[in-house]
Amino acid sequence: MKELRPMPLVTTPNLSAPDDFYEALIDAHRDLSTEESHALNARLVLVLVNHVGDLDVLREALGIARSGSRIQARQGS
Amino acid sequence: MTAAAPLGYDADGARIQSHEFAWKRSADQDAAQPARHRVVVIGAGPVGLTLAIDLAQRGVPVLVLDSDCRLSTGSRAICFAKRTLEIWDRLGVGDAMGAKGVRWNVGRVFFGDAQLYRFDLLPEAGHERPAFINLQQYYAEAFLAVRAAQLANLEIRWKSRVHAIESEDEGEGEGVLLGVDTPAGTYRLRADYVAACDGARSPARALLGLETRGRVFHDRFLIADVRMQADLPAERWFWFDPPFHRHQSVLLHRQPDGVWRIDFQLGWDADPDEEKKPERIRPRVDAMMRQALGHEVPFELEWASVYTFACRRMERFRHGRVFFAGDAAHGVSPFGARGANSGVQDADNLGWKLAAVIAGHAGAALLETYGAEREPAADENLLNSTRSTDFITPKSEISRMFRDAVLTLSRDLPFARTLVNSGRLSVPATLHASPLNTPDVEGESFEGRMAPGAPASDAPLVRLDGRASWLLRELGARFTLLLAAGGGSEALASGLAGPAGEALPLRILVVHGADPGGEGKAPEGESKAAEGEGNAPGGEGKAPEGAGAPPQRERPGVTADGARAPGSVEAVHVRDAQGFVGRRYDLQCGGAVLIRPDLHVCARWRAPDVDAIRAAIRRALASP
Repeated sequence: MKELRPMPLVTTPNLSAPDDFYEALIDAHRDLSTEESHALNARLVLVLVNHVGDLDVLREALGIARSGSRIQARQGS
Repeated sequence: MTAAAPLGYDADGARIQSHEFAWKRSADQDAAQPARHRVVVIGAGPVGLTLAIDLAQRGVPVLVLDSDCRLSTGSRAICFAKRTLEIWDRLGVGDAMGAKGVRWNVGRVFFGDAQLYRFDLLPEAGHERPAFINLQQYYAEAFLAVRAAQLANLEIRWKSRVHAIESEDEGEGEGVLLGVDTPAGTYRLRADYVAACDGARSPARALLGLETRGRVFHDRFLIADVRMQADLPAERWFWFDPPFHRHQSVLLHRQPDGVWRIDFQLGWDADPDEEKKPERIRPRVDAMMRQALGHEVPFELEWASVYTFACRRMERFRHGRVFFAGDAAHGVSPFGARGANSGVQDADNLGWKLAAVIAGHAGAALLETYGAEREPAADENLLNSTRSTDFITPKSEISRMFRDAVLTLSRDLPFARTLVNSGRLSVPATLHASPLNTPDVEGESFEGRMAPGAPASDAPLVRLDGRASWLLRELGARFTLLLAAGGGSEALASGLAGPAGEALPLRILVVHGADPGGEGKAPEGESKAAEGEGNAPGGEGKAPEGAGAPPQRERPGVTADGARAPGSVEAVHVRDAQGFVGRRYDLQCGGAVLIRPDLHVCARWRAPDVDAIRAAIRRALASP
């Protein structure tokens, strides 16, 4: 079994107001076409990515996002 | 047509474009046995000529074979980078190039009909050369050809096509046998070394059965060179998806002689023959000018070409005694101006190494490092060039979506500008992992970018005679030690010049601080003791001085040949009047930086000693 190294990405609960955030996210997409929503998401990703900055964190996040699971992302890496 | 009078530095574009170099029957053609040459360069393009001039200036007789008798047709490569100019300065042609070329540092990026931002490629002071000049390739080749004609040990044979290459690897007769096809039949000659600088389709590569691998991009681009009076600045303008050329990119550059380069992305389905027709090009240019200037401008179409490109390289750049350089070895997309510029760096890397090995100052191991240094450099160029292409031409819907998201954000948000990639413009490779570098002494730390392997940065300084100069102009053709005055610098300089320094081809540049009356005051007189040794007249194949000299300021060591002048250690004193040398090289009292003949840093010390410096030079010659 592969040794698990410490992961730099925060995956423990970290949102100060989860329900408020979720509402804001859905609100941000209100009245947009699917294509416009995709474009919004792309801009959102870029803005947040810059906030994070660290490439190791981002690579880990990309892995999780691609597989939809932290365990699978680790096995894939 | 009979060959016209020789070209000069004042030749205009039309004259250069119509010039035919004369073919002359060589005595080699009538020799009973193939004549033997030190170095044969195949291809008289910018890379081949750069290498040939460098070798000749270092005292190595060199023969250039070119299949044609004309210089570049059309403007082709037009962006020549700061580093290329610095290399050409050493060859005596930088001033001619700089005087004719259009200097530029600034670029603008547009998306749709709006300007997103502008950038400055050289935002700091203290450099002689700009980030780039734009100059038609035929001017660059013509100036190099003019310089080449001044060197007695450099011969160019035009209309001489290499049709056979055979390595002879046996015993003392080691070399390369070449078959040459001329208007008066074929002949053979032998070379100790061959440099194939014969372009992207490299016949030499094909003759040796070698491959080049990589990615072919399914896209076509139209180059239109138009002559017009347009009131636009000397800047690089890049449009993503402009209203006058939807869903494609357009790039605008200013060239000398009132000529503008416009590069239209066309897509893979475009018909290259149709797109080259003036009636197809004119409306495109008119639409662009309406956007750029607000109105159309009368123009003459100078040259047009439709091109595709591939990002690929040969697996190895050295095959025995045959070296590949420039497009023959590697191909990139044009975005970033990394083609000709990286080729000139190849030539710069190879020249001094061949000269040192031929002169017996280094073993063949030094030649191995040509590939070890330039293959990773090519990878760096390929990576940058491929990434630019993927940004400019998104290969999927989602890729386009992120690309447009980046562009949209970059208008107000500087972070997004770092992601915009309209071409990462050519900068010289840092040879991080080179075996020729001496690692820093453990425990010593340095500020700045001038680590071992870095291309030496320019800086203003003042010579002892009070004349302003530039650091890169003061570096010799040999190894140079930047030595900060003070500490044990005087003892060190005399130690290096001492009797044990028999094989040290070294120039010492003693760098004094800004204060002219301070303790760092340069000693008078001493500096002349050894200076100019390398300029002593005579020596085989030495270029005649005087007549026909290029319009270049005096440059110490330009004909000094480190490789041919063992034991000559010259010390020259300069003043770092504005402190740029000290800051850029983190050079402090008594410290030293060792710079290779191709202007790359290879070692540095806080407290150097003679043995460490000698060891670093041996290491940089791959001769431990």
